[in-house]
Amino acid sequence: MANKEDIKFLSNPNIGGAQKKYCRFRKFGIRHIDYKDPDFLLQFINEQGKILPRRISGNSLKYQKKVAVAIKRARHLALLPYVTDLLK
Amino acid sequence: MLNYEVTFIADPVLSGDEMKKTVQAYSDMLTKEGCSITNSDNVGLRQLAYPINKKNSGIYHCIEFSTESGHIVPSMELALRRDERIMRFLTVRLDRHGVKYNADKRAGKIGKSKKTVEREEEKKKEQLKETRVPVAARKTAEQAAPPAPAAAPTPSTPVAEAADLTKIEGIGPKAAEVLVAAGVVSYTDLKSKSADEIKAILDASDAQLSHLDPSTWSKQAEYAANGEWDALKKWQDELDGGKVSSSEEE
Repeated sequence: MANKEDIKFLSNPNIGGAQKKYCRFRKFGIRHIDYKDPDFLLQFINEQGKILPRRISGNSLKYQKKVAVAIKRARHLALLPYVTDLLK
Repeated sequence: MLNYEVTFIADPVLSGDEMKKTVQAYSDMLTKEGCSITNSDNVGLRQLAYPINKKNSGIYHCIEFSTESGHIVPSMELALRRDERIMRFLTVRLDRHGVKYNADKRAGKIGKSKKTVEREEEKKKEQLKETRVPVAARKTAEQAAPPAPAAAPTPSTPVAEAADLTKIEGIGPKAAEVLVAAGVVSYTDLKSKSADEIKAILDASDAQLSHLDPSTWSKQAEYAANGEWDALKKWQDELDGGKVSSSEEE
């Protein structure tokens, strides 16, 4: 049996592999999401101002709910738009 | 103990005085009901993301307060709703993480990694040690060689004094920068300024320093200007973050 080091790959196998998504709140220990900080929340909405799904953002369920609430509060206070185009 | 935070958007046509009066009215209302106001933050005029009442901008203000029970909230919201000057408001109950976040934000810890915060604190301590020794050393050097200081200390003075301002308890590196930019470069300058004048300088800058309390700064600067470092150190130990601690007032 050949070890992995012995196999000669034509291309580098470490390149091109998809990075595993992670929840940034868990990883960096962020416990509170501020609704008064629209620049931060901008990372979790798309160009039309819609909230990105967990599938895309990688948030854990707990923090995705908190992000959603924070974005909705920011919208109420006119810090973020409800509907728009070309937000980014 | 419950912690709340109420953010409201006021009409942009309000003048600074009218805005202050509005905020004062709600702060008084809260304190009268037994709430203690943790922080009152004037965010300032901001562009709205969408028009409200046919207006495209508004003055944001955020009051954080703690109370024994939430009975004040409905009556406060009713007052806000009836107030024509208020375009929109939002009351939020804060959990312990929210309270900690706001406290950290006021202390300038948000937006930096833990390492940078630790490093900055260490740097501050080192600066305190370093600056204290050279001041004495420089004085002896000046006495020993009178003709030399004309050439040597002049280029170094602005830098040294700008760093020195942070020795006053309550002034951080940012506040020192603002003060230097406003022409307050030495302890004697700071001494001659009243608390209100310093406050005006801080408020005028866009570095969000309005939470700082400069009431004791001129007194501290007086000690520093006279070179009474030991007396200053002793007094700073009694102070609580540059403010006269509550136990002292009683």
